[in-house]
Amino acid sequence: MSMEVTAQNFEANAAKALRDPNLRKAMGIISGPMASRRVETARELPEFEALRDEGVKIKNHVLQHIDLYLEKFEQQLTARGGKLHWCRTPREARETVLALCRSRDAKIVTKGKSMVTEEIGLNDFLLEHGITPVETDLGEYIIQLAHEPPSHIIGPALHKTREQIADLFEEHHPDYELNGKKAGTRSTEPQVLVTEARSVLRDTYFRADVGITGANFLIAETGATVIVTNEGNGDLTQSLPKMHIAVSSIEKVIPTLEDLSTILRVLARSATGQEMSCYTTLSCGPKRAEDIDGPEEFHVVLVDNGRSEMLGTALQPLLRCIRCGACMNNCPVYHSVGGHAYGWVYPGPIGAALDPHMIGLETARHLPNASTFCGKCEEVCPMRIPLPDIMRHWRELAHEQQITPPLQRWGIEAWAFAAKHPWLYRLGARVAIAALKLLGKDKGRIASLPLASGWTDGRDFPAPQSADTFMSQYKKRSH
Amino acid sequence: MSSIDSKPRVALFVTCLVDLFRPSVGFATLKLLEDAGCVVSVPEAQVCCGQPAYNSGDRKDTVAIARQVIEAFEDYDYVVAPSGSCGGMIKDHYPALFAAEPDWQRRAEDLSARMFELTSFLVDVLKADPVAAKLEAKVTYHDSCSGLRELGVKAQPRALLGSVEGVELVEMQTPETCCGFGGTFCVKYGEVSTDIVTRKTADIAGTGADMLLAGDMGCLLNMAGRLKREGSSIQVRHVAEVLAGMTDMPAIGESK
Ligand code: SF4
Repeated sequence: MSMEVTAQNFEANAAKALRDPNLRKAMGIISGPMASRRVETARELPEFEALRDEGVKIKNHVLQHIDLYLEKFEQQLTARGGKLHWCRTPREARETVLALCRSRDAKIVTKGKSMVTEEIGLNDFLLEHGITPVETDLGEYIIQLAHEPPSHIIGPALHKTREQIADLFEEHHPDYELNGKKAGTRSTEPQVLVTEARSVLRDTYFRADVGITGANFLIAETGATVIVTNEGNGDLTQSLPKMHIAVSSIEKVIPTLEDLSTILRVLARSATGQEMSCYTTLSCGPKRAEDIDGPEEFHVVLVDNGRSEMLGTALQPLLRCIRCGACMNNCPVYHSVGGHAYGWVYPGPIGAALDPHMIGLETARHLPNASTFCGKCEEVCPMRIPLPDIMRHWRELAHEQQITPPLQRWGIEAWAFAAKHPWLYRLGARVAIAALKLLGKDKGRIASLPLASGWTDGRDFPAPQSADTFMSQYKKRSH
Repeated sequence: MSSIDSKPRVALFVTCLVDLFRPSVGFATLKLLEDAGCVVSVPEAQVCCGQPAYNSGDRKDTVAIARQVIEAFEDYDYVVAPSGSCGGMIKDHYPALFAAEPDWQRRAEDLSARMFELTSFLVDVLKADPVAAKLEAKVTYHDSCSGLRELGVKAQPRALLGSVEGVELVEMQTPETCCGFGGTFCVKYGEVSTDIVTRKTADIAGTGADMLLAGDMGCLLNMAGRLKREGSSIQVRHVAEVLAGMTDMPAIGESK
């Protein structure tokens, strides 16, 4: 089983999120400081827009020749002693990872941050088979303790407040000692919490039999996988155990190291507003005789999971995504409801565009609809992915395939019928605004409209200025 | 420019929300265009640009409505709308609707080239003289999403407001952030929409302005609805009313 899907309950999820004071506090950080840091670092780099264009070009080129670049990647990886495992489905990927872990008789595996392993539901699967995965990215570690899925693609625990994290640590680290002393009173200071997580995790790195990471990029010319982190946890995860497995997906391949440096320059700026992330680590195969450390075995598990079907369709631009998170950091809907409301691995605008393909339009039908089409996501997306257009594409399919609820479909078709017959439209309009005008008579606004309670529960409805439309007033004036 | 007296012949695209909710914005737009030397017509065959159908995924009806609009506005030098949203629909999205019909696509592109949002038409195309209006007010301006991102409307309304005697403009912290209207979104996902507009009204109130202006009726109805529910005394108006000096009508959502 992959991660539990609750996208079909978007409305209920959103309602719950809107009533969660902790979530609201946490979201303030994303919409405020995180979004504005991106603007500042982008402004400081005059060639930022040109770099975005360059990044789009690189990705478009790769997607046109993806088979060639993946083959090249495999050749180079193999030449350096690594092994590639092609996996069409999440199940194949899980089984492959499990078999690799078993070949090492693994009991504990450490994990670096990876959205693809969320996509294939790896952690639960390993647990079911007697292997304990331990997340080493601080955010992932926190939500693992809380038994929650990530709510953001680069900050999985961004929905948690410091107080909630302190509570979790208190509950899960009862015997935590620092420098041989029992730790003092509970603290909510970020630095204290980070130190605590690090010292608890440190021991695990040495006990782990296998280290599993993701990969932000696969470099075709060298066969290297690349991870980008801020904590350095990925390096320990992949270099200490005897086996390193990088789980990634096919669209992560890029031709050269030169291309990597271009895209890295927009990635961190778009993601966290840093110029560069703290650690960019390239893995170029297992330990060689002359190396002092490194894993004995290096495997790359390459997941397709519906991606190759997107090639050559309206969805292809989504394969340019570098998972930077800028679209959600800047999305007004995400700011209101957070990531869990979207109900699957990828939240925010990228999720609204991608999830219907991955989990089915019927299940995910709310996601592309729950957008104001404000266009901010497309404005900030470093890869210039036309996210609103793709959401509209899903709305069109949902309308065509009658997945949109009947009342909504008939409503819009009835309206369109009138719009195509202006005399009918004017008649309807006259009746409607006369009624609204009457309802709002003393105040110029209406406090409650049963058919539009979605509006009037939280807002007054401004009444029309006059019972006469502009068109009819204009006609009277000019005759 | 094909007319005999060489005055630009402009068709007013009223927009359905102005037609229904605030005719005074239509008259303010007429006045601004005429003051700037245009000969203005209001084609009768117009209804709506089709956006509700387009954003609901009803492509077939969208195309039918777009054909109607293209035909109704064929014979004018320019088409102007007091809205960035309808303007953006016609200018930015119409041509792509006819990818499979070259003849119609040409006509859509032709309309697209002649289509403008009101303030950008006055400033960018007509390079009109400053407006003659007066208003003692501290105002703040909300950048509507489509106008801003599809048509680049940002400096134009501010430049025009700068020429209104007595107006002081104070900026919000996030004037470019969506107000949460989103067409049918505001009813389909009413709670989320209300939450988004509540962040917006907090920002508006924080400016200390006594009037909120914008160039799109959808956003204005939404923000006015929330401000009035909050009991705010901030007046909400379409920017055209201020520029045309037509602020004697009650503000949006008010009766006096
Ligand atoms: S869609 Fe664009 S902004 Fe969103 S995560 Fe992907 S690359 Fe980043």
